[in-house]
Amino acid sequence: MVAKTEIIYQRPESFTDVTTGYCPGCTHGTAHRLVAEVIDEMGIREKTIGVAPVGCSVFAYRYFKMDFVEAAHGRAPAMATGIKRVLPENTVFSYQGDGDLASIGMAEIMHAAARGENITVIFINNAIYGMTGGQMAPTTLPGMITTSSPLGRDVELAGYPIRMAEILSNMDGASYIVRRSLHNAANIKKSKKAIRLAFEAQERGLGFSMVELLSSCPTNWKMSPQDALDFVADEMVPVFPLGDYKVSSVLESLKV
Amino acid sequence: MAKELLKGNHAFAEAAVRAGVEAFYGYPITPSTEFLEYMAKRLPELGRAFVQAESEVSAINMVYGAACTGKRVMTASSSPGVSLMMEGISYIAGTEVPAVVVNVMRGGPGLGNIAPSQGDYYQMVKGGGHGDYFPIVLAPASVQEAVDYISVAFDLAEKYRSIVHVIVDGNMGQMMEPAELPPMKEIPEKVPDWAVSGAKGRDPNILTSIYIDPKDEEVTNLRLLKRWKEIEKNEVIYDEYEIEDAEILIIGFGTAGRVASSAIREAREEGIKAGLLRPITLAPFPQKRLIELTKQVKRILVVEMNSGMMLDDVMKIVQGKVPIEFYGRMGGVTPLPDEILDEIRRVAANEDPGADDPRDEWIVRMDKMLAGEK
Repeated sequence: MVAKTEIIYQRPESFTDVTTGYCPGCTHGTAHRLVAEVIDEMGIREKTIGVAPVGCSVFAYRYFKMDFVEAAHGRAPAMATGIKRVLPENTVFSYQGDGDLASIGMAEIMHAAARGENITVIFINNAIYGMTGGQMAPTTLPGMITTSSPLGRDVELAGYPIRMAEILSNMDGASYIVRRSLHNAANIKKSKKAIRLAFEAQERGLGFSMVELLSSCPTNWKMSPQDALDFVADEMVPVFPLGDYKVSSVLESLKV
Repeated sequence: MAKELLKGNHAFAEAAVRAGVEAFYGYPITPSTEFLEYMAKRLPELGRAFVQAESEVSAINMVYGAACTGKRVMTASSSPGVSLMMEGISYIAGTEVPAVVVNVMRGGPGLGNIAPSQGDYYQMVKGGGHGDYFPIVLAPASVQEAVDYISVAFDLAEKYRSIVHVIVDGNMGQMMEPAELPPMKEIPEKVPDWAVSGAKGRDPNILTSIYIDPKDEEVTNLRLLKRWKEIEKNEVIYDEYEIEDAEILIIGFGTAGRVASSAIREAREEGIKAGLLRPITLAPFPQKRLIELTKQVKRILVVEMNSGMMLDDVMKIVQGKVPIEFYGRMGGVTPLPDEILDEIRRVAANEDPGADDPRDEWIVRMDKMLAGEK
């Protein structure tokens, strides 16, 4: 008797055969995989150009098997703009963390959205600077201890977390702005669907799209991977509510 | 094609269009703004890319992105704006992608003013951004010359995968003079093999300035240095005037060099054997030619619209073999031909130039002159 085998899980074609440098329990790997799966499913790998940020995902281009450039800290939306305007037929996406996108790159992200730049942004919000070793981010929760808020983020002195999805949803140039979370399987599935819709928005020329993904950083939060995922669900989601903040009507009727 | 009366900034922009620039990303700043305004109208007409960015920081990073696609891309700005662009310029240099930046320089430091200056010599010629890299710097002295060298700038940028600065001062951006524009160049279909364009049927292209292992960065630094040595060997450009029998050598670039040539004409009529060396590439500097000339001339007078920045390079090359004197105007002041003529007369009569740093005696003269002006 011949055994019948079927591939149900494998490395996406949009991935290289390289082990990532991410810490155990970090959700960057999950986010990368979702982006790669979406690009595979849409069959756009050979026309996609990625823009890597400065931060933990600075080496994202090592893991995605597609053309990639590496931006200066926070400037990925500007670099993506420069590319997309001369290669409008290509798919262009940036992948950015919270320090990159919501602090040093605030002007670039706001204006890319305002211009309705036809690019897709994957925004990893883990409430901390990972690569430099756990400093306060613009998204750090009130009271949260980091190496640069050692007594906990004091909102009187260091202000409040910035909610990017809400802010960007006010931009007329934005077509698809949502926040999802990577803390469990159900939410990971929803995140993937959102990433798909964001890329679909670009393919349809609808303008700027962004998916904010609540993510964990067990190393710098000094938690076990499971505790870190619980922290996302219990502490981050109340401050950064999940949801669709702006969805173009064209996308509402789209089945993916 | 016939000569037309053209405003500097407009002429430079049209020259870039005809050289095949496919994208312009910029931010308004006096005295370069007309460059951006011209592109805002002209590039969309041709189906090419134009974005008015939210800042010079963003503009140069847009340039960086488009440069990675292998398309001809540029920006134009003025001194404070170029300071903001230095981050992106360093990344462009580190990633080894071609791009052209035009700096229409104004008085500084800080906000300074909007009058013509050459005070960005150090920033442009010595790098300006962080890290080990060598920009090519062209300093034309007329609208026509700028028109001609903007096309050269793109060719050099692509030949060496380098950042190329074209530096002019506010005079040249703002003035109108007759110039002949080149014919429209066809935009090449072929994408350079290093560029990002979508990895269709090939391995991915990765463009980055990160070399996390210092050994790899060192290899990159060495490659950039070797490339620079090639540029020094092949790409030096300068102009000369009345140099054959010159005993007093005037060295000046851009507007300062052009004003000096008027003064030299008059000095010659008075029987003073003055001649001009006008570097068009400030980097690479016409070092070999200057060394040759030190064997011929008796005095050198460096004329600049700054505090003597190129002077330092001249002193380094001349190594005390010929006495050097300096005349500079700063802060947005353009020297008049008569001022330089007076300097030529003074240098011709001065038996004892003396000071270690030619600036010392110049400062004394400046104090006297400015006191007299009040």
